[in-house]
Amino acid sequence: MLKKRIIPCLDIKDGRTVKGINFIDIRDAGDAVELAKKYVKEGADELVFLDITATNEKRKTLSELVGKIASEIDIPFTVGGGINSLQDVSVIIKAGADKVSVNTSAVKSPGLITEISKQYGSQCVVVAIDTKFVNNEWIVYVNGGKLATSIKTVDWAKQVEKYGAGEILLTSMNNDGTKNGFALDITNAVCQNVNIPVIASGGAGTMEHFKEVFQKTLASGALAASIFHFGEIPIPVLKNYLKTEKIPVR
Amino acid sequence: MIAIIKYNAGNIKSVENAVKRLGYNCIVTDDAEQIKSADKIIFPGVGEASSAMNCLKNTRLDELIKSLKQPVLGICLGQQLMCKYSEEGNTNCLGIFETTVKKFPPMEIVPHMGWNNLGSLKGNLFKGISDNDNFYFVHSYFSEICEDTAATCNYILTFSASLQRENFYATQFHPEKSAAIGQIVLKNFLSL
Repeated sequence: MLKKRIIPCLDIKDGRTVKGINFIDIRDAGDAVELAKKYVKEGADELVFLDITATNEKRKTLSELVGKIASEIDIPFTVGGGINSLQDVSVIIKAGADKVSVNTSAVKSPGLITEISKQYGSQCVVVAIDTKFVNNEWIVYVNGGKLATSIKTVDWAKQVEKYGAGEILLTSMNNDGTKNGFALDITNAVCQNVNIPVIASGGAGTMEHFKEVFQKTLASGALAASIFHFGEIPIPVLKNYLKTEKIPVR
Repeated sequence: MIAIIKYNAGNIKSVENAVKRLGYNCIVTDDAEQIKSADKIIFPGVGEASSAMNCLKNTRLDELIKSLKQPVLGICLGQQLMCKYSEEGNTNCLGIFETTVKKFPPMEIVPHMGWNNLGSLKGNLFKGISDNDNFYFVHSYFSEICEDTAATCNYILTFSASLQRENFYATQFHPEKSAAIGQIVLKNFLSL
């Protein structure tokens, strides 16, 4: 049986992980490779690296880092953040990433999704959708959640599938950082309207939240950052819990 | 020396990394002599079947691969290209395995992406592997069950997760992306 995926997300700036990380068994918690290796050992099913580096000059650091990650870890990983062109994708895939995620650039020019999909296969293209519930509607946001669009989230999800996306990473901005659980309604609405895997993101605070998102939606995976980074929920404990709750996990 | 066949397919880097992590020397090559003289050959692949087959034909790697006598391991699209025919791009493939490659039915979640366990394990590739072990899959087309099936997997339907005939081995899953358990399968192949 296909297992539900548990996916830690690491924010990368200038080649290092950011956000406070307090693992005692890692010498340098800012070292993305060390942290990634720890997650692999603990049973993470995939990793997502989100580059929040502002400048283009520092992007070279990213491709070097991707190369290092690829040589050290043996589970699939996605790299996202500021990917604007097929050229950006090429650099990251050649360095060894399995998938890239696009967000704002896909909204601005959806043809990019098709280009990546044709060149590298649809399994390579994750479309990250940031969404917020405003005026009784789930709307797509871009520019790191700073800018509202007029696009309805479910409509956009259906479109990205047509353009050739292989997966959707759906983040609810209403839930992100609250630790009150995933946005079950919009996650389910997107799952019901596409035939590609959907990863739920934003709001994980307890192990029950993971159970809930897998029981109440068709999400293929769940992504979280801080609860893993701060060691609040160790991955092996989460996986054991989900197994006892009859959620299929590795 | 392990040769990894280079053609217009992605994901070669991670196969190379995995082989190196196991302590083997390897080269990524499309040179016929280097491939013929290698101890073992890995035929990786992520991409689209018809363009991959065209590339193999243009470089005459298609005939070379079929003629190899050493252990050969096809991975993912590599496995599919070793079958007779693929629905993807209506492609005649290498015909090493007696089976065809079909698209998963519509209205289901495709690609089959993520970790899944195997069944009916057969042969040296799966020494030390049990039915409960999970491997990483990502594919929209599958090889049908046939007499060469060395492992099965269930997603929507039952398909060949692995095939074997004589010196030819293949996996639909990515051993190089399947953490410690994938390493066992790769090691089993490399120590054949």
